[in-house]
Amino acid sequence: MSARPRWFRWAIPLAAVPVLLLLAYGFRTNPRDIPSPLIGRPAAPFALETFDGPRIALEELRGRVVVVNFWASWCYPACYEEAPALERGWQTYKDRGLVMVGINVQDKDEPARRFLAQFGHTFPNARDPAGRVSVDFGVYGVPETFFIDRAGRVRYKHVGAVTDAVLKRHVDTLLAERG
Amino acid sequence: MPIPEIGYGATVTALVLALYGSFAAAVGAWTGRPGLGRSSERAAIGVWVLITCGMLLMVYAFLTFDFSVRYVANNTNRGTPFYYRITALWGALEGSIILWAWMLSLYTLIVVVQYRRRHSVFYPWVVAVLLGVLAFFLLVMTIPAPPFQRLAPVPPDGRGLNPLLEDSGMITHPLALYLGFTGFTVPFAFAIAALVTGRIGDEWITITRRWTIVAWYFLSLGLLIGGWWSYHVLGWGGYWAWDPVENAAFMPWLTGTALLHSVMVQERRRMLKLWNLGLIILTFGLTLFGTFLTRSGIIGSVHAFTQGAVGQFFLGFLAVVLLGSFSLLAWRLEQLRAQGELDSVLSRESAFLLNNLFLVAAAFTVFFGTVFPLLSEALRGVKVSVGAPFFNLVNIPIFLGLLLLMGVGPLIAWRRASAENLKRNFVKPVLAGIVAAALLRLGGVGNVLVLTCMGLVVFVTGTMVLDFWRAARARRRSGDGWRAATVGLLMRQNRRYGGFIVHLGVLVIALGVAGSQAWSVQTEATLERGQAVELAGYKVRFDTLRASEESNHFKVTGTFTVSNGQEALTRLYPAKKFYPQEQTPIAYVDYRLGVLEDLYLVLGDFGRDGSYATVKVQVNRMVSWLWLGGLVLTLGTLVAILPDRRRVG
Repeated sequence: MSARPRWFRWAIPLAAVPVLLLLAYGFRTNPRDIPSPLIGRPAAPFALETFDGPRIALEELRGRVVVVNFWASWCYPACYEEAPALERGWQTYKDRGLVMVGINVQDKDEPARRFLAQFGHTFPNARDPAGRVSVDFGVYGVPETFFIDRAGRVRYKHVGAVTDAVLKRHVDTLLAERG
Repeated sequence: MPIPEIGYGATVTALVLALYGSFAAAVGAWTGRPGLGRSSERAAIGVWVLITCGMLLMVYAFLTFDFSVRYVANNTNRGTPFYYRITALWGALEGSIILWAWMLSLYTLIVVVQYRRRHSVFYPWVVAVLLGVLAFFLLVMTIPAPPFQRLAPVPPDGRGLNPLLEDSGMITHPLALYLGFTGFTVPFAFAIAALVTGRIGDEWITITRRWTIVAWYFLSLGLLIGGWWSYHVLGWGGYWAWDPVENAAFMPWLTGTALLHSVMVQERRRMLKLWNLGLIILTFGLTLFGTFLTRSGIIGSVHAFTQGAVGQFFLGFLAVVLLGSFSLLAWRLEQLRAQGELDSVLSRESAFLLNNLFLVAAAFTVFFGTVFPLLSEALRGVKVSVGAPFFNLVNIPIFLGLLLLMGVGPLIAWRRASAENLKRNFVKPVLAGIVAAALLRLGGVGNVLVLTCMGLVVFVTGTMVLDFWRAARARRRSGDGWRAATVGLLMRQNRRYGGFIVHLGVLVIALGVAGSQAWSVQTEATLERGQAVELAGYKVRFDTLRASEESNHFKVTGTFTVSNGQEALTRLYPAKKFYPQEQTPIAYVDYRLGVLEDLYLVLGDFGRDGSYATVKVQVNRMVSWLWLGGLVLTLGTLVAILPDRRRVG
């Protein structure tokens, strides 16, 4: 030990530096960021009954940009946070060729209706009682929002609460494409 | 009552007090002003009182469904059963930090009470370090993960606890684990005090011996209860999956185990001073790393809490701790030269060195495997996990080696083992081990690893029995009866024989691991009503299926009659639970536990009309030995921490 220069001892604390750097690098990555295999593929067709009565079918919306939002009344707080943004987005874009569809998953009728009333949603919302549509879309948890282009392909998937900015970015891009 | 505001106020006050106390203790020690030291003690007591109040306040909020507290709304709903409303306290990130901080403040209080008038050189620095660490956790509770946050508007009902956590294992597992994690802070604080004051002899080791054992014990218990939880809740029939979070708790256990052994070498032979200080710093660092891993979200895991800024805070603190402590070590390097030297390869100290090498190597491989996805992404841009095969491949030989050393270490002589010492202690146990392995081979056991493991277990047991029997016989010659001789031995040489009992517990666990890996069998079958499936002598018949609405979920329960062909043994009721807040249903396992084997049923798919059900049937062999081993471990730890009678008597 005495043969080594005195500064050599500082190698002990310095040995921890690469490990710390590696862990810091970990913040730049997201382990849950699993790309959806559905991106770029045609969205799975669905036909569901809305809370107001009429059926809504994805097939019939071809040629329009569609935002499909999966939500539940028990999904607190994320679904509650995004709800006003969704309604605002709907009000902004409904006259420009956008269709927004809310799909209520794993929920009961009464609290779901209360949720819709609380936020005064005016865009169509449908129930997915058997969970078939959520499975087809590969929904992992609520809320998740899918952006479908005029050709009926899933173009973006947003996990977690959407914001005005997220809606604007994706919807503007898709609306700008002429189908 | 404005619970969020009161709670947050208590947290901030505690943070200020902890910072002040830490600073006052250090300055008091530096300048030799005892008034500051006493003031820091009062601060430590105040911190404990405030955190206790905060914790009780949170429990009160849970019990009264006060959804104006965001944490309560996120982790309960009106259907959550009573007990789980208390344990929901540590069901998620923010609350788990309260529990952590509370335990650390409790340990700090015990240190203050116990050492106030002793170890006056170390004591103020120990208090400074403990309060410093506490201040960090309180900072986390103040900025990145505040448990006391007001939620407006107040929702009519909460989200509910993660259903997997609605289990008795979740009551005890985090308690034991956190007592273990936080427990290592005390020896760490003494080690830092030793480095700062330059009194780096054996004193810090002697003082903290019991602390280290207790922390180690709780960590072991936490790991075992975690295994039990995984076994009977997750429904895959296993107890250990090398999941990053399991690894996070296992790494400090490995280095802590190494420390428990290497301190003996320092006490006896004045060696390994630097190594021991390094080990305790590493162990404490790994407990922080474990918390960091589960809370930063950098590595995906089934256990991981939600991510957020809390990860950056932990990494920053980890950096301060590692760089600071290792710099202190480097600063004192001259004084840390070993006084003793290794005389011979055939000696107890070399057996202990090897044991330490193995344990640290195991910790390193587990660390490497855990951060490998990160490493491969950083270097090659691809996310790759190494998974269980890697961990098993590397660790099984290491653990077999450790078993061997467990037999050798306690009996081989210090300094230099003579041929006589080796012959006297090892010939018979080695023969017993070989004979046992040969008998098992003849009995049809073909797996080499299992044969090696069982042979080693017999060998180690042989060494311990031989040693204990000789010692007891010696006492009997001096006039004691058998009972007095054995009990007296346990009491008088409690460190040694407590250690033996702990080793025995580890052996029992090793047998459980080997047996369950080698001999468990399973099958899966879809049965119509009245149909049965057979496995390993059991006949499992599907009787009925029924649905029920529970307080916070919907449950489908199957009834299965188990017989051994002739007579009915029991009825089992595996179920599937459907929670509204979860996408996938949760399996509820039912089982019949036994010493040699468990019958374990998991309900799979089923017909909505109840006409058929798919069931996974497992006969898991010797898994109970893990839990039995835990009991033996507990007994051994109790014996080992008894007050040392030799010095007194």
